[in-house]
Amino acid sequence: MKEQINKIKEQALKDISAVEEIKTLNDVKVKYLGKKGELTSVLRGMGSLLPEERPIIGSLVNEVREEIEQAIKAKEEKFQEMELQEKLEKETIDITLPGTKIKRGSKHPVNRVIEEIEDLFVSMGYDVVSGPELETDEFCFERLNLPKGHPARDMQDSFYITKEYLLRTQTSAVQARTMLANTEKTPIRMICAGKTYRREDDATHSHQFGQVEGLVIDKKERNVSLADLKGTLEIFVKKLIGKNCELRFRPSYFPFTEPSYEVDVSCFKCGGKGCSLCKQTGWIEVLGAGIVHPHVLEMNGYNPELYGGFAFGTGLDRLAMFKYAIPDMRYLYTNDIRFLSQFDRKDEE
Amino acid sequence: MKLSTNFVKDYIDIDVDVKQLAEDMTRVGNEYDSAGKLINATKLIIGKIIECVDHPDSDHLHLCKVDIGKEVLNIVCGAPNARKGLKVIVAQNGAELPEKTIKKGMIRGQESNGMLCSIAELGLEHKFLKPEDKDGIAELGEDAVIGEDPIKYLGLNDDVIDFELTANRGDLLSVLGMAYEIGAIYDKTVKTVDLSHKEYGKDLNESFKTEVKTDNCKLLLVKKVENVEIKESPSFIKNRLIASGIRPINNVVDISNYVMLELGQPLHFYDADRLGKKLVVRMAEKGEKLTTLDNIERTLDDSDIVIADSTHGVGLAGVMGGLETEVENDTKNIIIESAIFDSVKIRLTSKKILRSEASNRFEKGLDPNRTYMAIERACTLLEKYANGKVVTGIVKYDKTDNKEKEINLEFKNVNDVLGTTISQKEILDVFRKLGFSYSVKGDIVTVKVPTRRLDISIKEDLIEEVSRIYGVDNIQGKLPVVPMKKGTFDKTQREIRNKMIALGLNETLTYVLINDKEVHKFTLDEFEELKLLDPITEDRNTLRYTIIPSLLKIYEYNNARGQKDISIFEIGKGFYKKGEIYGEDTKLCCLMTGKYSIGLNHTNNVDFYTIKGVVEEILNYLGYEGRYSFIKQEMPKEIHPGQSAYINVNGTDVGIIGKLHPNVSKEDIYVFEINLDELFKKKVGKMKYKEISKFPSVKKDVAFLINKKVVSKDIEKVIKNSGGSILSDIEVFDVYTGKNIDENKKSIAYSLNFIDNKKTLTDEEVNNLLEKIIKNVCDKFGAELRK
Repeated sequence: MKEQINKIKEQALKDISAVEEIKTLNDVKVKYLGKKGELTSVLRGMGSLLPEERPIIGSLVNEVREEIEQAIKAKEEKFQEMELQEKLEKETIDITLPGTKIKRGSKHPVNRVIEEIEDLFVSMGYDVVSGPELETDEFCFERLNLPKGHPARDMQDSFYITKEYLLRTQTSAVQARTMLANTEKTPIRMICAGKTYRREDDATHSHQFGQVEGLVIDKKERNVSLADLKGTLEIFVKKLIGKNCELRFRPSYFPFTEPSYEVDVSCFKCGGKGCSLCKQTGWIEVLGAGIVHPHVLEMNGYNPELYGGFAFGTGLDRLAMFKYAIPDMRYLYTNDIRFLSQFDRKDEE
Repeated sequence: MKLSTNFVKDYIDIDVDVKQLAEDMTRVGNEYDSAGKLINATKLIIGKIIECVDHPDSDHLHLCKVDIGKEVLNIVCGAPNARKGLKVIVAQNGAELPEKTIKKGMIRGQESNGMLCSIAELGLEHKFLKPEDKDGIAELGEDAVIGEDPIKYLGLNDDVIDFELTANRGDLLSVLGMAYEIGAIYDKTVKTVDLSHKEYGKDLNESFKTEVKTDNCKLLLVKKVENVEIKESPSFIKNRLIASGIRPINNVVDISNYVMLELGQPLHFYDADRLGKKLVVRMAEKGEKLTTLDNIERTLDDSDIVIADSTHGVGLAGVMGGLETEVENDTKNIIIESAIFDSVKIRLTSKKILRSEASNRFEKGLDPNRTYMAIERACTLLEKYANGKVVTGIVKYDKTDNKEKEINLEFKNVNDVLGTTISQKEILDVFRKLGFSYSVKGDIVTVKVPTRRLDISIKEDLIEEVSRIYGVDNIQGKLPVVPMKKGTFDKTQREIRNKMIALGLNETLTYVLINDKEVHKFTLDEFEELKLLDPITEDRNTLRYTIIPSLLKIYEYNNARGQKDISIFEIGKGFYKKGEIYGEDTKLCCLMTGKYSIGLNHTNNVDFYTIKGVVEEILNYLGYEGRYSFIKQEMPKEIHPGQSAYINVNGTDVGIIGKLHPNVSKEDIYVFEINLDELFKKKVGKMKYKEISKFPSVKKDVAFLINKKVVSKDIEKVIKNSGGSILSDIEVFDVYTGKNIDENKKSIAYSLNFIDNKKTLTDEEVNNLLEKIIKNVCDKFGAELRK
């Protein structure tokens, strides 16, 4: 009987290794281990054995069964592994085909610059404020020390709707609004960006353009000197235009500040040597600024003997052009999709 | 203002390169546009034609032998006036002229080594030139020395700086004013102006009267010069006028312009024999007619100041003289008017009629002392260069206060405003350099401001002077030391912008000015449109009310350039007048067309539901979830009536959504616009945690066959009411019409989610509810359950 069992074992192992697909493996399993399988029938024949032989043969049968089961299991795993490999093979795709284009929007370059400026000044404790674009002559001019007939109004040819209402020519209009609205007459630190309008339209001037305005009012002996203004604008310009650029304050004239300055930066294209961008001067004008005129303080409810302030403003369109090397102002307002969609990523820090 | 450096050197001794001077002036606030030589030409030399014969192969060219001292050049010349013995300007080989470079060459077989030049070829503006300066080569005088520089000989060796002056510095519209400014920079003293002349005969006051009938003239001075000889001006006057951008005419007219340039005071010369015995200054009558110098009959307004004789107008004060009394070639006697008119009135008139050198100076304001100085200066020059005899006396009307202003300034104040530690001495030094006299008492300096500096009236103006002349570059920037505070900032707009961008839309920036024909489109709102009084073009003559026309224009622009997939948005203002209120609202506008997403198997064209999804996404993001609805009502005629709605939040319409009407565009274009100001009047609740049920939810799908006209919103309402509190979500997942379905019907499928926070739902419970829902929907709408 021992021999018979060993023979079955050998035959079974041989059969198992010969199996080529998982279906037939089951047949082999049934053939040897099933209820009517060969090994089972050996067990059934145990009755004819001597009592002392039974345990020996019994354990042998169990050993063999276990061995066959192991072999079948190993074979099964092998088949599963193959099947998985086949599945992976089948599922392999051309990973060089393009990914689904999830539409990515874009932020207009002028608004990008506005956000950058707002974030910078908010971090310095400024309030972000806004004012109407449809302004009154009073706030746009008169309260800024520009009475009717003032020659400086020529610098800002305006779009009037009525005698009194016009499209604001400058965000400075918000200065007067902010000062008046502050009924407690406490110190002010504000920044205001928005659209402005002037009656001119040529290659370098759009009749609609962006401006940003900053205003600081404080007790006269504190924080509001020309030196403070210089320091503040240095931070502004270095953040917006470049760490290495130099500033030049050039005395100028605005009716709402005294003294007044135009602020130039060293040309970031040629480094100050002179090029077409800076018209060979080495400098590019970027800001208007000054110490708030005492008449402006007075007209808007601040006592000029106690309070002082500084203000500054700049054109956003030009800043956007500088920042992104946009060669023509008109591109900003043409809104060509091929232009807009270029501004679809995060700004580098 | 174009400054001739030769001119200014009459009054100040400087020896500075013109570029350096321009830069130094810029540093003190006087920006320039250009600075350089009046004549930009090289390798010019005075020569003499020693032989001139006709070119053998030409009917107009000459072959000239020209002696330039060091050699004799063969030059082919086409000028009709080329002739033997003439002294000429020779441009040698390699000479750079404004419009050409001279090279050795052959002209019709004859060698030519240079060019004989006309005045025009030196690059002066043609409007300044006489015909002979353009038509032939320049004929130099006998005193021209062969071999020397012809530019110097002609007195055209001048440097010119074209300044862009600020509106407050009217004093710099004069050579003398410039001299003071330059003097302050280089610490030089300004020389005095020569006003000397003889006067003859009886006092003018006996024979000539003035009458000023308006407050708009504060100062009027009249003098008379007799027996002037009209001829060409001496070349220094002509050249300085040309360098300053004024065309020379004759000595008398040129002198009036010369004095204006020199002292900043415009003068007017009348032909005394064509003027009555009286000069009247008055306001024009409405509709009054006057023919000005340029031979145009002007119709005047009662805001124009007129100069009249005893009967009628003879000039438009400060702007242009009258034709009738113009100085002409036969003029003998001259009445000179030197006056100050109201700057605002002149500005109005000149804006209407003509911006001139004179009106520009009146507008900026004038120094009364210069008004006196200028009339005397004109007499001096007329005596010297026109052989005139100045009549004794001056007819004077003077209501000005021409005393020097005194301003007190605390030294401490200067340093407070500038943030500096400038010493008293340095501050006083600035005033000295500027030519301001002062006295010091303790901590206070009292500065006497010369009358020429009309721009200085308060102590801040003096502080500015200190900062200018001391040098802003010498002031160190510092960081303000301020109390810490948090900047306030409403970021809502920015967040909407970021959300729209995250949804794949491109942000635009469009003009708010549009054509008035577009203003009432895409809206049924009632408002008065806001038109510009003085538009640049009709296409931009009105403020927009909705942003839709702006975005539609952007669509058209891009579509015309082959861009079909356009999803754009803008946050901007819409303007209106409602009743007496002028107002503006912030609006979010969006336009979508073409493909929305593009991928191998995911291409998706924009339809109504895409753009509605964007609106819902924005409203949900802003916290309005569950509080808005889309309502069908009468739509503007530019919107598709079957694919559109008003966006309603808590009972108020805040916006509009829809497809553009086929009459507006044949393409499938979808838009929405939300009035953000209206929307934000609806407050939103705080975002806070909602409990998540510990028990499982049960999902059931149900589809109905239902009349096409029944809208989903109504079905959802019935489902919701029938489902009660454990029905947590209703979602449409399929709508089908077509094959296998009655053509009046549609199949609409909902996925319903049931959940109870307190217990596990039983099948029985859910099935009972579902049956109730189905029954109610079927009963209410005549629907049937689709199996």
